Amino acid sequence: MTGAKTSVVSLEGPLAGHAHHPVSSRGEPQSYLSELWSFRELLFFLVWRDIKVRYKQTGLGVLWAVVQPLCTMAIFTVLFGRLANVPTDGIPRPIFYFSALLPWLYISNGVSNASMSLVANNTLLTKIYFPRIMLPAGVVLSGLVDFAIGCCALVGFILYYHLPLGPKALIWPACVALMILLTLSLSTLLSALNVRYRDVKYAVPFVLQLWMFACPIIYPASLVPARFQKLLALNPAGGLIDAFRSCLVPGVPIHWELLGISTLVTAFLLLVAVAYFRGTEQAFADII
Amino acid sequence: MTAPLSIEIDSLSKRYTLGKQVRGRQIREQLVEWLSNPFARRKGEVIWALRDVTFTVPQGQVVGIIGRNGAGKSTLLKVLSRITYPTSGSIRVRGRVASLLEVGTGFHDELTGRENIYLNGSILGMRRKEIDKHFDAIVEFSGVAAFLDTPIKRFSSGMRLRLGFAVAAHLDPDVLIVDEVLAVGDAAFQRKCITAMEGLRSGGRTVLFVSHNMAAVENLCSRGLWIDGGRLRMDGNATDVIRAYLASYTAEGSPGEALQTAARRGSGELRFTRIELLAPDGAPCRILQSGDGVTLRIHFRAERAIRHPNFGVQLFTEMGTLITETSTDLYGHTVASIASGEGFIELSFQALNLMPGRYAVILSANSPVEAKTFDADVRAVVDVEASAAAGTTRALSSRFGIVYFRQRWNTDGCQPVGSARDAGALTG
Repeated sequence: MTGAKTSVVSLEGPLAGHAHHPVSSRGEPQSYLSELWSFRELLFFLVWRDIKVRYKQTGLGVLWAVVQPLCTMAIFTVLFGRLANVPTDGIPRPIFYFSALLPWLYISNGVSNASMSLVANNTLLTKIYFPRIMLPAGVVLSGLVDFAIGCCALVGFILYYHLPLGPKALIWPACVALMILLTLSLSTLLSALNVRYRDVKYAVPFVLQLWMFACPIIYPASLVPARFQKLLALNPAGGLIDAFRSCLVPGVPIHWELLGISTLVTAFLLLVAVAYFRGTEQAFADII
Repeated sequence: MTAPLSIEIDSLSKRYTLGKQVRGRQIREQLVEWLSNPFARRKGEVIWALRDVTFTVPQGQVVGIIGRNGAGKSTLLKVLSRITYPTSGSIRVRGRVASLLEVGTGFHDELTGRENIYLNGSILGMRRKEIDKHFDAIVEFSGVAAFLDTPIKRFSSGMRLRLGFAVAAHLDPDVLIVDEVLAVGDAAFQRKCITAMEGLRSGGRTVLFVSHNMAAVENLCSRGLWIDGGRLRMDGNATDVIRAYLASYTAEGSPGEALQTAARRGSGELRFTRIELLAPDGAPCRILQSGDGVTLRIHFRAERAIRHPNFGVQLFTEMGTLITETSTDLYGHTVASIASGEGFIELSFQALNLMPGRYAVILSANSPVEAKTFDADVRAVVDVEASAAAGTTRALSSRFGIVYFRQRWNTDGCQPVGSARDAGALTG
């Protein structure tokens, strides 16, 4: 493969007793980052491939990106709104559900697709070198297209309900960044685990289903008793999804504490995931 | 050595652990295994795919890597390509490396030919600009211009191959690592590939090339590496290394009844024991003459009764090019069930039109019914000599190719000099 930026590609076996080479593939963080940078075009093409392939030979095409959240929202509105009458902090139900469903569907679709990415691309792994993390990262990034299309619908709802967006809406982009990092960290970890333990394939859909109920999607965070609030935030998607919603709606405060804890948990997850991925990626081609 | 080193490999070893230890597995299985036998030593069978391999390659050299199946050639290429990691030892490669272990790596069925050129190119390490620059040349080389906007799932396997190789042929690396991609495709395509590789050689690039095609290795490479059982057995001039390698295969191959069994595979329930060459009159002969008929009488011993075995014979040139392959099943001849004990089969050629030279006959016996191979890769060496009987006045020789066809020339259509029509054509 190309080492376009690096003039020397070296590698050593774990048992090697040799002096360090100028650029080691197991090198320091900055050399890993510069390697990732030199492969940025490949990442672009992997993302491009995922997007291109996703809706090929479908009748509705990209419309599928809005069908899923809209239908889910409609069902929630009827089921939890009309029938169960779950409180929504006074927020119009479509906005209440849709603003939370968008990030949730990004996270859950991203995690479930990306956790399979290494195994699904095993022919690539065993035939060519590139930083392995590009495979889950590519899937995670390609999900942003669906997310962006969903956002258009969200803007429609905001206009329809004449929601006056306050200055706190400015943290919305930060929430998006946190959402990407959270999805990336879980995807990286699970895709690497899936190489060794195919249990991941069975566990992921089931855990995602349970996880949805642990997030304030069908209920507001304020419904959770005060002593469990911190627990809710330990779920990194918990504080995040709550912030996604409350930053758009006037009169609902952002739970900074929840968001802060979720951010810390996400940062921790990301460190663990990258460390595990880097530690095991050398063996991927041998055990996949 | 004045040229700077392009590749340095120092005491490289790669160990694989066989058995279920290495496979993707479930946590439950691991738990069950621990609980059921907590004191067992959890070590699978260990094999060394590479052991203490050390060599360097100066910039611009084209090196052929040869060896039997499973000798470690592909592992060496994979380690060099950073796909898998060495257990010990070190590797340094200078410059841009492109490895071609497969043609069309990363092709996606749903994408069009055009899209796949970009995807495959970037996977192989080309920049987007480079692909743009070479795009027209790639399309032309591949010869699939008419199908550029068709999803490649509708491509034939030949078209995919051509497209994949077209992209690969436009890589511009400092070091190219190629694994046996020439083994596929038709002859015209293979020639195209070889021409492309020759272009790389003249471009001063370092090339590592694994192949079973000895002729290609000899043509392309100045240096040969012979890998045997994970170790570097011989390193030197390509022609010398190929000779030595083939000689080991034929076990100092002298023509005769004895079979070379060094590479023998199979269950052993049936074993070939010797081969006899019979002239058309039934007399045993040691050397064949070009154009003569011949019968191969192949002796075997069966350890048990076998239902409808299938006997196969392949004929190779000394350089490893397959000339022909046949078998009883292929010929439509169902062999009756055979009893245990000794026996023989005969394969007759009416005229063995081979150019003079040394050839290898490879024998195999299997059972399609039981889906089992009894004996395979058993080898005999046959020498063919020029003969006047072939109907030529000039002596045939191997430089005229591999086979000689019985032929007739007709020159009645040429007007001889001095005939009315062309009078003066030579003088004027």
